[in-house]
Amino acid sequence: MTINYSIEEIFKILSEIPDPEIPVINIIELGILRDVKLEDDLCTITITPTYSGCPAMKVIEDDIKIKLKEIGIEKVKVELVYSPAWTTDWINDEAKEKLRAYGIAPPDHSSVDKNVLLGKARDLKCPLCGSKNTEMISQFGSTACKALYRCKECREPFDYFKCL
Amino acid sequence: MNLQEAKFEYLLRLGDSSLIIGHRLSEWCGHGPILEEDLAIINIALDFVGNTTELLKYAGQVEGKGRDEDELAYMRDEREFRNLLITEQPNGDYAYTIARQFLFDTYMFFLYEGLKSSKDETIAAIAAKSHKEITYHLRHTTEWMYRLGDGTEESHERMQNAVNDLWMFTAEMFDMDAVDTLLVKEGIAPDLNKIKVDWETRVKEVFADATLQMPTTTFKQKGSREGKHSEHLGFLLAEMQYVHRAHPGAKW
Repeated sequence: MTINYSIEEIFKILSEIPDPEIPVINIIELGILRDVKLEDDLCTITITPTYSGCPAMKVIEDDIKIKLKEIGIEKVKVELVYSPAWTTDWINDEAKEKLRAYGIAPPDHSSVDKNVLLGKARDLKCPLCGSKNTEMISQFGSTACKALYRCKECREPFDYFKCL
Repeated sequence: MNLQEAKFEYLLRLGDSSLIIGHRLSEWCGHGPILEEDLAIINIALDFVGNTTELLKYAGQVEGKGRDEDELAYMRDEREFRNLLITEQPNGDYAYTIARQFLFDTYMFFLYEGLKSSKDETIAAIAAKSHKEITYHLRHTTEWMYRLGDGTEESHERMQNAVNDLWMFTAEMFDMDAVDTLLVKEGIAPDLNKIKVDWETRVKEVFADATLQMPTTTFKQKGSREGKHSEHLGFLLAEMQYVHRAHPGAKW
């Protein structure tokens, strides 16, 4: 038995899977889904973790299997790759806008953050009121990929999707 | 010893060090000095455990005896562990945890920078991924070195005591035995003598800025490469491995 879907169609179907922790963007927009291969009745999906210890990976793997089973693809292999290493540069502008609207300050364009070692915090725009008068509370936020900030204008705390 | 054996041994050293330090840090969960710090240290622990999964999975593949990352992590005993002694030292107070983490993170930072150009593609890929995370860890622990070292009289004293106590465990990080020598020759691992120079330079800079004295201890405690550990590792493993051994093959 062969699979009656094209690779493009499978990508489209998998684009319905949201990131488990940031449900406003899907796993393609986030750059986690790397490749789809079809061989006879076997569908091989390649994904890459954002952070090494990201607990969402197992959930994403299960979501992919469930999604494909719904359209009748039973034999699914999900492979985890580490190279090339995931980078926030893979998140496109449209997805960044979705993050911002969700209340998470999106990552800056360059992922090469020279300031990381020097301990300088970035000038970030508050995703809620747009003010640049913000400060970092902690480099480590509610998940591995986020840092915790506070806006000094509207006084709201917010997450920043930190560059990697 | 052939290349395959050396690689397996080397991967155990990397993987076990990440596993044990990750487990130690996870012990802070719910006990951090402040909420933000509790989150930060657990985030870092998670990165290490994730890194361990990658390394031990590959170690199992290299060994070729069908052991996976879980079997390597949960079914080996104390003497089979190859983690650096510094990683198994108990958490102590927060100065002690931060000092341990700073000394180890600085080592990891330079080691993984070197491993990024390893001729072994899998090791290079794992290193490239982890190095980005370690950079964040190191920044965090460095800030705490300044904050505690150059803080109050008490925080300074506690931090100075911590680095003095831990200093004897740092020498073995740079030991080169037959495994290292072979892998350096093959372009798989970086030369630890070079890493030692970078490590010492960076540690000295941070100590100076944190108003800390370089420890004068000359005694060096070694043994991890032969599986000779401090008494603390056994207790750690008993807790870490208990569930897996009590319920073999359990899934959730």
